[in-house]
Parts: sequence; C-alpha cells; structure tokens
Amino acid sequence: MVPFAALLRKELRSYFGGSLWYLVAAAFLAYTGFYLHSDLVYFLTFGFGMNIMENFWQLVFFDVRLVLILSIPLLTMRLLAEEHRLGTLELLLTYPLSDQAVVAAKFFACLAAVAALLLATTTYPALVYAVQPFAVGPVAAGYLGLVLLSATCIAYGLFVSSLTGSQVLAGFLTVMPLFLLWLLSWNEAAVGADTVTVLRALSLFDHFQSFSVGVIELRDVFYFVFLTAVFWWGTLRVLEARQWRGRR
Amino acid sequence: MRAGGGESGRVASPGTDAPLIAVEHLTRYYGATRAVADVSFGMRRGEVAALLGPNGSGKSTVLRCLIGYLSPTGGRVRLDGRDVATHPVRARARIGYLPEQVTLYPDLTVRRYLRFVAGAKGLRAQRARAAADHVLETCGLAAVATRWNGTLSKGYRQRVGLAQALLGDPDVLVLDEPTVGLDPMQTVELRELLRSLARCTLLLSTHLLAEASQLCQRVIVLKAGRLVADDTPEGLAQCLAWTGSVVVRIDGPVADVRAALGAFAGVTSVDPGPVSAAAGTVYVVRAANPRDVQARLAALVVEHGWTLLEIRGEEPTLEDLFVRLVG
Repeated sequence: MVPFAALLRKELRSYFGGSLWYLVAAAFLAYTGFYLHSDLVYFLTFGFGMNIMENFWQLVFFDVRLVLILSIPLLTMRLLAEEHRLGTLELLLTYPLSDQAVVAAKFFACLAAVAALLLATTTYPALVYAVQPFAVGPVAAGYLGLVLLSATCIAYGLFVSSLTGSQVLAGFLTVMPLFLLWLLSWNEAAVGADTVTVLRALSLFDHFQSFSVGVIELRDVFYFVFLTAVFWWGTLRVLEARQWRGRR
Repeated sequence: MRAGGGESGRVASPGTDAPLIAVEHLTRYYGATRAVADVSFGMRRGEVAALLGPNGSGKSTVLRCLIGYLSPTGGRVRLDGRDVATHPVRARARIGYLPEQVTLYPDLTVRRYLRFVAGAKGLRAQRARAAADHVLETCGLAAVATRWNGTLSKGYRQRVGLAQALLGDPDVLVLDEPTVGLDPMQTVELRELLRSLARCTLLLSTHLLAEASQLCQRVIVLKAGRLVADDTPEGLAQCLAWTGSVVVRIDGPVADVRAALGAFAGVTSVDPGPVSAAAGTVYVVRAANPRDVQARLAALVVEHGWTLLEIRGEEPTLEDLFVRLVG
C-alpha cells in the first residue's frame, strides 16, 4: 500500500504541480461556463416553468460531457507514454510495485484531476440554486454519470497511452474514437439506422442519457464499470507483455 | 577456471550456505534472436561479481531477468530460493537496480525523487525522508539535492541512479554498466563509492576489464549469450599463464636476432615491439614458460655477441584473457 500511495502522490504532484492541468482547467471552465450561459438563456427564453432537469440540466450535462471528452485525452496522454519516452518505466517497474498498483495509481490520479475539474463546475448548480432552488438529487445523479463516464474515458486513455511512446499519438488516438462516438450519438444521418441502433447500444453516450435526466440505472452503472475494467485489464496486459517482448 | 555455458557455476554445494542468487539455465529470446543461452551461476551473500562481455553479449538481459523486468524464455532465476518470475514484487523489494541508461523524472528535484523512490520501495513518510537524506550524503549528492533531475550532468545522474538503487537497504545490488559515459574522475569516485558498499551482494555488468578486476572477487564472462568463464580475476589470469611474454631490446642484426629468438627452445612466437628512438630493436617473445625463457635469453644474446639493452617479463592481463575467450 505504501508504494502505491507514493506513486499516487507523485502522479498527483505532476498534475497539480505542473502547468498542464491549470491550462486544461481554464479551458474546461471557460467552455462549460459558456455552455451554462447559453443553456440558461435557452431555458429562460423557451422553457421557463417546464421541467428544469430535462430542459436545462440535461443540456448542461451533455455539453459538459462534450468538453470532458476533449479534455480527458490531454490528461491521459502522458500517463504511460511519457514513461515510455523518457525510459523511466523500466526503473519504475523494478520497484516493489505490482503492475496493478502502477495502473491503479495512474488511473486514480487522473480521475482525481478530472474530478477536480467537475468539482469546480458544481459552482454552476450552486449559483442557480441560490437564485431558484431545485431538487438536488437528480443533479447529483448527473454528476455521478459524469464521473463514471470520465472513469471509462480515463481507462481508455491510459490503455492507449500504454501502447505508444508518443504523447501526441496517444492523445490523438484517445480523442478521435470518443469524438466519433459523440458525433454518432446525435447525427443519425451519418450512418444507417441499423448501424446507429448497434452503435447506440455500445455507445458511452447513450448509457449516459439516464444520468443526465437524474436517473441512476444500474445497467448503465455496470456498463461504465465493466468498460473501465476492460481497458484496465488491457493496460495490464500491455505492461505484462514487456516481460516477454522487452527491448534489447 | 570454469568454462562452457550451462554449467552450474558457483551454486553452493549441499551443506554450505545456499546461494542468495541462483541463475539456472537461463535462456532468453527477443523474437527469433537468442540473447542469452543456458546461462547458470550462483552468488552467495556479500559476494561481488562482474558480468563481463562485449556489447551484445547478453549482460543486460541477464540482469533484467534477475530483477524480474524480463521473463526468461527458459530456465529461471531464484532469489533466496524463490523464483523471481513468479514472485517479482517480493524479489524487487530486496534488489536495488541501476539500469544502463539512468532515466530520471525531469520534473522532480533530486531530493523529492529519492523520497518518491523510498516510498515506492515501501518506506513510510519519516523513514523515507531519512533514507533519502542518508543516500544523498552517501552518494555525494547533498550539493545538488534541490536541483531538478533534468538539469543534472551525466555524472550526477549516475550518482542519483546509484542512490535510488541503494534506497530500501537492498540485499542485492544489480548495476548495469555503472561507470559507462563517466569521465575518469567520476569513474574513480564511483568505484570508490562501490567499494564502500562492502556488505551488499553486488553484481555489476561491464565491458571494462580493469573495473572488473579492481572491484570484483569474481568475473563471469559472457560471449554471444553464453557463459564462457567464471572465476576470480587471479584464477583466470593463472589459467592464462601461457599468454605471458618477455619484452627484450637487443642491439644486433634484426633478421639474425629474430631467427635466433624464433628457434630458441620454448618460444612460440616473436613479434616486433614498439619502435622507439632508443638504441636497439624491441622484440616481444611469447613462450609456454616465459620465466624460463627470460632466464636463458641473456646467455643467448651474449653467445651471439649482440648487446642486451633491456629484458623484462610481462604478466598476462585480463585483456589477454578477454581476447582469448571472446575474440
């Protein structure tokens, strides 16, 4: 446990002690703040008096989700790719740390960095609540959905980062599929109706739908946890493969 | 001298202390390329040994298998009786490792990096801090403790690499080419530091023969992934007594002198020595028993009426051994 905690601290320090997280946070809050403003204007103009969860918070959560899938790759791309590039992975893996502990420390440090971004956005509901109180539970469910979605995206980003020594490539290969899935989640015309049905069943974004309206569906929770575990498993296999492949 | 791959090397015989490290028929492939073939040796506690071999002889691969970073394709490595491949975390807790290329996190200061490594090796906060401060002193890093790793010179990086290996009080130190790339002064300092680590079991790889003979009680020679020799530096030198030679400087007709020396009993070859401005010509006489030849050579020179200007015996060096074994 002590070695895991030491690595977790180091990873947290590289997020919160460096400049990247603050740049991402600034952009993240600027974009989500803008979306909050435009969604609020939309709600006040066209939907005032209607269900605030479906007509306001759902839009906000969808928009935060979009900004998240563009931000998370910036935070995951360095996780293992940088260790590969610098060559520090060899030394790290000679300490009494299991591969699981290495993956867990990097995953939870990144999750904490993303959670800090989401925590900052809780000022939005706090501000709205100060003007017009609303039921807090459904919004909290929306946040739970964002955390679960983030966890899955981080696990995927960590997996991609374990495959390459190039941070740019890792970032690109993380953001592109996520962005494509997002595109397909609203643009049905892009592919056939049958394909959309299949993609939706698999899509991260449709499983987020119920959270965005304040409903926690167990199958959606299971879906995110399962997918996170799959990518986590994949990352472990990639790390393990170095024992067999290795470099001269 | 023990020679030939696949032998049991110094694995302790029954009734004596069991070896701390036992490398048993270790084989490792990279794809279709065989890097290490059937290498076996053992090391007892406190032993200091060198893995010697030219580039590409499999030294780093053996060390990486020993620390559990690579899995063997065949055979196994045991640390205190436990298979390293099946208990890698437990094994790593007892091994300090310095890779050939020391790569450090550039965004950490030396002190913070060493504290992180101490934590990663299982030391809790207070002990981690104390251990980091201790190795900073031991390795002469106190002056650069607050500098970023990314700004360190090669010599200091190597010291930081050694300091991180020493953290956690390991039973075994595995150092891959610890002095490569250092300037002569840094090399001397690092060797002094290694000598001061008397109680550790130390296995280092090197292609520097002087380093092996100066630091180690034992030399394990690898050639193309195979173990070709395993003995003390002195033992290896003794086995190669035949490579000794006599350097002689004679003033006399070169062709006649060479012919006479070549025909001398016991002489195996006569080569020209280095050319110098001094009088006479230098010959390097190799013989099965150089001491005997040296004693009788003076009489031969006097007998022919030439002038003997210099005569000295040259002891075989590890260089000779190396050339013979892996040349």
